[in-house]
Amino acid sequence: MSVAEERMSGTEKGAGKGMSPVSAEDFVPVPEGERDTDVIVRPSVSYWRDALRRITHDKVAMVSLGFIAVIVLLAVFAPVFGRYNYETNNLMATNVKPCGEHWFGTDTLGRDLWARVWVGARVSLVVGLFGAIVPQVIGIVVGGIAGYFGGWVDMVIMRIIDVGVCIPELIYITLIMLYLGSGPLPLVLAMAMVGWMGSARMIRGRIMQFKSREFVLASKTLGGSPFHLIFRSIFPNILGQQVVSLTAAIPGAIFMEAYLSFIGLGIQSPLTSWGQLSQVGASNYRLHPYQLFIPGILISLTILALYLFGNSLRDALDPHLRD
Amino acid sequence: MRKYIVRRLIISVITVWLIATSCFFLLRTLPGNPFQTTSLLSAEMVDRMMHYYGLDRPLWDQYVTYMQNLLRGNFGYSLKYAGQSVNGIIASTFPISAQLGLQAYFLSIPLGFLFGIVAARCRGKAVDYGLVGFSVLGVSVPVFILAAMLQYVFAIRLKWLPVAQWKSFQHTILPTVTLAFSSIAGRTRSMRTFMLEIVNEDYIKTAKAKGLSKYRVVWSHQIRNAVIPMIPTMGMEIVGMLMGSFVVEQIFAIPGIGNQFVTSIQNLDYTMTLGLTVFFGVFVVAANFIVDIVYGIVDPRIRVR
Amino acid sequence: MEHLLEVKDLQVSFDTYAGEVQAVRGVSFYLDQGETLAVVGESGCGKSVSVQTVMGIVPMPPARIKGGSILYGGEELSGKTDAQMEQYRGNEMAMIFQDSMTSLNPTMRVGRQLMEGILRHQRVSREEAKQRVLKMLGRVGIPNPENAFRRYPHTMSGGQRQRAMIAMALCCNPKILFADEPTTALDVTIQAQILELIGGLQEQFHMGVILITHDLGVVAKMADRINVMYAGRIVEAGTADQIFYHPSHPYTLGLLGAMPNLIQERKGELYNIPGAPPDLFAPPPGCAFAGRCKYCMGVCEKQDAPEFVTGDGHVSRCWLLDERGRQYRPEGFGGSAGAEGRRSDE
Repeated sequence: MSVAEERMSGTEKGAGKGMSPVSAEDFVPVPEGERDTDVIVRPSVSYWRDALRRITHDKVAMVSLGFIAVIVLLAVFAPVFGRYNYETNNLMATNVKPCGEHWFGTDTLGRDLWARVWVGARVSLVVGLFGAIVPQVIGIVVGGIAGYFGGWVDMVIMRIIDVGVCIPELIYITLIMLYLGSGPLPLVLAMAMVGWMGSARMIRGRIMQFKSREFVLASKTLGGSPFHLIFRSIFPNILGQQVVSLTAAIPGAIFMEAYLSFIGLGIQSPLTSWGQLSQVGASNYRLHPYQLFIPGILISLTILALYLFGNSLRDALDPHLRD
Repeated sequence: MRKYIVRRLIISVITVWLIATSCFFLLRTLPGNPFQTTSLLSAEMVDRMMHYYGLDRPLWDQYVTYMQNLLRGNFGYSLKYAGQSVNGIIASTFPISAQLGLQAYFLSIPLGFLFGIVAARCRGKAVDYGLVGFSVLGVSVPVFILAAMLQYVFAIRLKWLPVAQWKSFQHTILPTVTLAFSSIAGRTRSMRTFMLEIVNEDYIKTAKAKGLSKYRVVWSHQIRNAVIPMIPTMGMEIVGMLMGSFVVEQIFAIPGIGNQFVTSIQNLDYTMTLGLTVFFGVFVVAANFIVDIVYGIVDPRIRVR
Repeated sequence: MEHLLEVKDLQVSFDTYAGEVQAVRGVSFYLDQGETLAVVGESGCGKSVSVQTVMGIVPMPPARIKGGSILYGGEELSGKTDAQMEQYRGNEMAMIFQDSMTSLNPTMRVGRQLMEGILRHQRVSREEAKQRVLKMLGRVGIPNPENAFRRYPHTMSGGQRQRAMIAMALCCNPKILFADEPTTALDVTIQAQILELIGGLQEQFHMGVILITHDLGVVAKMADRINVMYAGRIVEAGTADQIFYHPSHPYTLGLLGAMPNLIQERKGELYNIPGAPPDLFAPPPGCAFAGRCKYCMGVCEKQDAPEFVTGDGHVSRCWLLDERGRQYRPEGFGGSAGAEGRRSDE
């Protein structure tokens, strides 16, 4: 009887009924060293490897990742190999509808939109990435300090944040823009200035939550240094959630860029971004809808893909769903 | 409880003061001045304007004057629109944004909760996939794209509703839907998540073990506890909606406070920006205050502190 | 004789991302009125899942009853819908859980949580229900029922909460009480009080109690009969005396050896069972305990043992009880008074 068959019949019926009779020579003790213990004990899979296995088996995540990869590749290479420069005006060919010559058409100044859209993608993606990372890093440091030290340090930091979040985002952004002018770097700085408060609050909350947990107390009673406590006991537990928040923050930052450029506080012509293209497109979309809808659809799809990937990542990293 | 409320009230007042102070100094240190943007004015004229508005006095002096006025509820005068007070502009623009915001808010609350509950109850079925799809789409489409698409379909193609402006109830429908859309989507998603998290709680098992019917378990144990973590965001959301969305107001040409705010920033109209910020700040602080109290009432675990 | 509750060959699986987990693999037991059956085993052995399946409160999906039958007073429960089961839950059979902190709704007053069950099953007014709850709270030894009625769970001590849980379970006079590790989360001094309370109420209400635990000390005090579970199966079943004095399964021996003992003189280190329980994604073909068993034989790795009867109502699934394994049995092994093992299916 093969192992497979045996397993099946073993699960079907509790007792050994209906099985082949066992012979006398089976009744010999197996020495300690020769036990087949591997079969018994489930192989332990590390957290990150387990997460990787899950995410690669997730179709939605893989399709989203594929889409993001295509967008990134186009953003990197399309402007290099395109026939047109994104800044060159051509007043002979303004507002051309998408065609073989201009794949995405041209704008009111006759600039090729295929080139502009992918240059814009570069700006939007870079701003999105750094606009997500920088505030998170600041938030981790500040929130970590507040959460770990507690007491008056925590009190002061949290009150600053309480006041800070009540001031409209646009004020910070305007301040930065007026001091540093417009462009990708001021945008990232502006996002950092607005975004660090939220992530600092979140990190502080998580650290406070873990600080009172038994395993951290255990580490403390064993004489763990603050450094050890933060990096060995607490950090590994919030790392997964942090990766998830970061992935969730990237589409948020792309949104923010689009919004700010749309208001006219972000990227300004001749440089471009998806938000800036949408702004220009929105002003005359009744005549030339493609000028709004092409960048608009690209923003939507990219955010959708990032968002879906983030969701799958969260499922893959969430230890509660692990079984 | 009363002690707690009084303490929170004092903190709130201090917060408003801190907002006003920090914004006052932040805005006054900006490079440039509001009168230089129009090159028509001669240098002499600019000086006179500065003097007229008291901008040439020492910063501390200006601050004290501003605070004194603020205490009397006077936000000062616009630097851009001659003779118009900030109070007057708020009075004319805020009701419009507030109407739009309230309509959107009261559209989004019941729908968001309903969709979230339905999706969670039908987990894994077609309804669930449909609602999750809707919620994912709702948070992925930028509001200006949504607004443009709605205008394109319902106003330009079908001609059912007016394209823009703020005149009758018909005019409010598209902006309301636009403003509510992402909020419905977001709430659907979080409600579904919280509902599904709570399904696995032990006390749901206890409730089932008591023999309660499915609807009773869902209604009095699951939904109640799922709503609690959503209260804080609901507070911030109503502030956001009342204060108007610049994008929605601009696309639909609505003379609301959001529109006014962005314009004032672009014009470097200090007093206007400052006044609107303080106004906005008061709302945020008040909303946080109310949320804290409500949270304490619905979640007895918070109340002890 | 008809039993109050009889479970036959129950099989429950969970469908997870990684595949099917066979949590309960053919479990049979019965319970009579007024007696206490203890189900003993380490965490994850399927003891909670099997009783929660009887109550119908295992979430399905992911759980799924693959086979077997659950007879309550001669009536088959396994095919019943959720709505039909509601008549039984809380009314005929009730349950107390391990952690009273998470098992009570944190945002609802204790009194209201208790009233819910009464209002569901009995046609009484709210006022009447309240009076019954107050009476019940008094009976479980809560000093100030009026006060406890208005409190939220987190403001009560662990022992008080567990008492309230017991009151909640008993307020409709159930015939069966499932106690799922009722004392695990409590202080040792409180543990004894709660066990005493359960025992006393059992007599008053004449209930059948199924006590799930991994604490043999608790079992010795309370149980009439004991089922020892391992990896989704009952490996040994018998009366408390049979299990404690004539254990006939190496796993039971291990459990007993791992129990600290004050009376016996200290013979050395406390025994521990090496290794970890098997993965129920793919249960091994042979005896699930083989890999950790001191007395493992070739046959144990090949095929699971059938049930051997070693005394009146005492059964064990161990190949050592087969005639051919006799020579390898440790001293004192082999059922009540050393009776010869007999396959139950022969």
